[in-house]
Amino acid sequence: MSSTDISINHDIDHAHEEHDHHLDQNFFEKYIFSQDHKIIAKQYLFSGIFWAFIGGFLSILFRLQLGWPEATFTFLEPILGGWVENGKLNPEFYLALVTMHGTIMVFFVLTAGLSGTFSNFLIPLQVGARDMASGFMNMLSYWIFFLASVILFISLFLETGPASGGWTVYPPLSALPQAMLGSMSGMTFWLISMALFIVSQLLGGINYITTVINLRTKGMSMTKLPLTIWAFFLTAILGVLAFPVLFSAALLLIFDRSFGTSFFLSDIYIAGEALSNTGGSPILFQHLFWFLGHPEVYIVIMPAFGIVSEVITTNARKPIFGYRAMIGSLIGISLLSFVVWAHHMFVTGMNPFLGSVFMFLTLIIAVPSAVKVFNWLATLWRGNIRFTTAMMFAIGFVSLFISGGLTGIILGNSALDIQLHDTYFVVAHFHLVMGAAAFFGMFAGVYHWFPKMFGRLMDEKLGYVHFWLTFVSVYLVFMPMHYIGIAGFPRRYYAWTGFEVFNGFSDMNTFISISAILGFTAQFIFLFNFVYSIFRGRKSTSNPWHSNTLEWTTPVLPGHGNWPGEIPAVYRWPYDYSKPGSVEDYIPQNIPFSQTQSSNLPQERDFE
Amino acid sequence: MITIAIVLSIVLLLVILFLLFRIGTLASIFRGSSERAAGTTKTSNRVNGALLLLFLFGGGAAFAWSFIDSWDDMILPLASVHGDWTDSLFWTTMIVIGIVFVLTQILLFIYSYKYQHQDNKRAYYYPHNNKIEIIWTMIPAIVMALLVFGGWKTWTKITSAAPEESVVVEVMGKQFNWMVRYPGPDGELGVAKTTLITATNEFGIDFSDRNALDDFIPREIHVPKGKPVLLKIRSRDVIHSVFLPHFRVKMDAVPGMPTKFWFVPTKSTQEMRNETGNPDFNYELACTEVCGRGHFAMRFVLVVDEEEEYEEWLALPANKPFIEQNPDLLVKFQTESPKQIVLGSKTEEKAEEVKTEL
Repeated sequence: MSSTDISINHDIDHAHEEHDHHLDQNFFEKYIFSQDHKIIAKQYLFSGIFWAFIGGFLSILFRLQLGWPEATFTFLEPILGGWVENGKLNPEFYLALVTMHGTIMVFFVLTAGLSGTFSNFLIPLQVGARDMASGFMNMLSYWIFFLASVILFISLFLETGPASGGWTVYPPLSALPQAMLGSMSGMTFWLISMALFIVSQLLGGINYITTVINLRTKGMSMTKLPLTIWAFFLTAILGVLAFPVLFSAALLLIFDRSFGTSFFLSDIYIAGEALSNTGGSPILFQHLFWFLGHPEVYIVIMPAFGIVSEVITTNARKPIFGYRAMIGSLIGISLLSFVVWAHHMFVTGMNPFLGSVFMFLTLIIAVPSAVKVFNWLATLWRGNIRFTTAMMFAIGFVSLFISGGLTGIILGNSALDIQLHDTYFVVAHFHLVMGAAAFFGMFAGVYHWFPKMFGRLMDEKLGYVHFWLTFVSVYLVFMPMHYIGIAGFPRRYYAWTGFEVFNGFSDMNTFISISAILGFTAQFIFLFNFVYSIFRGRKSTSNPWHSNTLEWTTPVLPGHGNWPGEIPAVYRWPYDYSKPGSVEDYIPQNIPFSQTQSSNLPQERDFE
Repeated sequence: MITIAIVLSIVLLLVILFLLFRIGTLASIFRGSSERAAGTTKTSNRVNGALLLLFLFGGGAAFAWSFIDSWDDMILPLASVHGDWTDSLFWTTMIVIGIVFVLTQILLFIYSYKYQHQDNKRAYYYPHNNKIEIIWTMIPAIVMALLVFGGWKTWTKITSAAPEESVVVEVMGKQFNWMVRYPGPDGELGVAKTTLITATNEFGIDFSDRNALDDFIPREIHVPKGKPVLLKIRSRDVIHSVFLPHFRVKMDAVPGMPTKFWFVPTKSTQEMRNETGNPDFNYELACTEVCGRGHFAMRFVLVVDEEEEYEEWLALPANKPFIEQNPDLLVKFQTESPKQIVLGSKTEEKAEEVKTEL
């Protein structure tokens, strides 16, 4: 295979001839075990969409239970079998649903599906490279992810159920098979799947970092990179630094579960016997878990930052406001994301002094986040906004990010977290700020880059319907959850009816469930639009959005190696939209200043 | 039959929707709107712009209404001293973020509406302004600093050491209920070990420890009003979390690592019954860390008494020392005690060896 050579010789003329013979690749080489970053990106996208529907469906199942706690669900028996007992959902299965929903959405959809798709697709195209630094590693990354997916998927069908101790899998609950059904083989599957997932993320992440550093085209300095690439680059660094820590936690947990060690276990009496484990600390696991877990939420949201910045600036026809401040805030968020993890642990019995330190560090992170929001707003100001579907989702993203981000200021405050920790207030907060918001970033990306992926456009009108239904139902689901959280309702409760203090809000819970079903149903509009448009969508031109970045200088459907001739050189930043003096309202990055004398700014005259 | 009818009508509905979609696509080709650059079509821009405005005002109004409407359900009556501090800090922060929320959402939707595409217009080339950037970095930084300071002061007070005269209550979580133990007149809880747990001795209390002899295990927590209460929290199997919503108290129960939380109750159960108008009102203790099948059902009742009532409750025959109610346990300890001590020390030695090996 010479595809790796292609990326190395990217500025040599004969590179094009060299990859001509790839047209003879057989089906497997071309579509299954492909080393082409565009095919791998699509593989990630399809897997992500598949998992998103599974994860969404699981959430509908537990919303049925929460919305109608008195109802009988005999109609679910054909799908759930023994997990429905006399029409009632099994409480342990309820926990399994919650756990799997979290695991699938955080890792398989919003990490692999989002980063995997867009980092793979856009990094080579936007930095001007023929492919990733290592196409082979990239392929391995996907197929190891696929293996992790298969294992997690199989665990859904185990007789004792999949892992059920919450997506955070805190031991001892997850470590002791006698503590719950889900901690039997389901947990083993979870750990193996997660270990493979981490390997896949590391292979992918190292590749992204290397490609951005080494394979930028001529003239593409770091300060001429689109913000998408900055976001993917920093996301990959976070992943490479944080995922190994989760790997170590998972490994130690495997040891505790299978080899009788006591890293996380001490002084336990369960199922009628005292265990001999002593000296371990369950809190140690939480530190290790959240050392990944907190950067992980930025791994989820930062690609969305990048995508949204790009979509907003393109469709507002305005340069992104404060390009350097945007990069600075991304770097700031990346650095801070490593020193805030213990804000998930204020009430675990951790030393209160540490709580003060982590509160301070956590609230600092609000500053770069606020700067990003202000910059997006300033970009919209006096723009000439095109409401493409992608743009609608980008606007929706900013709205959701504000709504969800602000409550982070409350939860990051250790004194306030005492009451709100593990209540629905937290659920509302993170679903808005990193769940729904990251999904909106992903949708914006899919609608925006669909023409480059498939050579056709997605239907705009269906897109609008999809956007509005999704946007409205997200707010209808998560805004009321704040009230329920302020009232103290704990999360991961099968039913609240056993408590007097939590006996209110039953109508509200029904309302939330109905909204959730509406939101989930709306996704089928997307699915239809997506599949239909791949085959029958309107044919796209090579630059349908009049965008400046390099991927739009490729043919409608870029082939292996991306550019048929030489890779274009880059002369300017990616945000010359509506520059005064220019005829068109956009100037792509590969247009030299010598061709745009009428619009050059005084300081750009030297480059002519 | 009904199932077939439902399936059939869903299929028909989908077919109709698909036809509508095709008609819409063909109509847009006929009108020529598909020839224009994406996102510049007048009608769809107008519709989306109007919807954005409608969402801002309609959604905002709905949010405000539902917030006010849910107020009574949302606000939990308060019954502790530190809860007053955290509640006021919470609502202060809510007002601050509420202002930012309203301003930024209004700007977002109004800008999107106002600056929607027009053929004859061009966006304003405005790449950066360092002064504005610095201003809007500094403002959130200052606001955050104030909020951190408020939070830090409150947090330090709440987590400070419990006063000497606190009423001590041990709360132990297990799958799936809570158990509590009082230290009795000597004010000291006896030693407990998981290895000593039996069906009767669920705490694993070591009755060779003199401090254990007056410990008692009631079925409800009783605490006197206005006195500091120190909860000594632990778990004997998985992680649980003590949550007393009315007292704004939450602390994990961790196996192998005892935790604590102290608070001062300000309203007796009777006072709260009068205040809420609910004669059956009880303070409840819930679990907030997922712990397995029965996680949602770990309810325990806490009663706040007036000082005299509390003394009366302590003197109840039901609250005699646990060992007096189960004297056979003590007999077992006394007869077996030399043996037990040897066995106990052996297991401990073993445990330590394991630890050093790791």
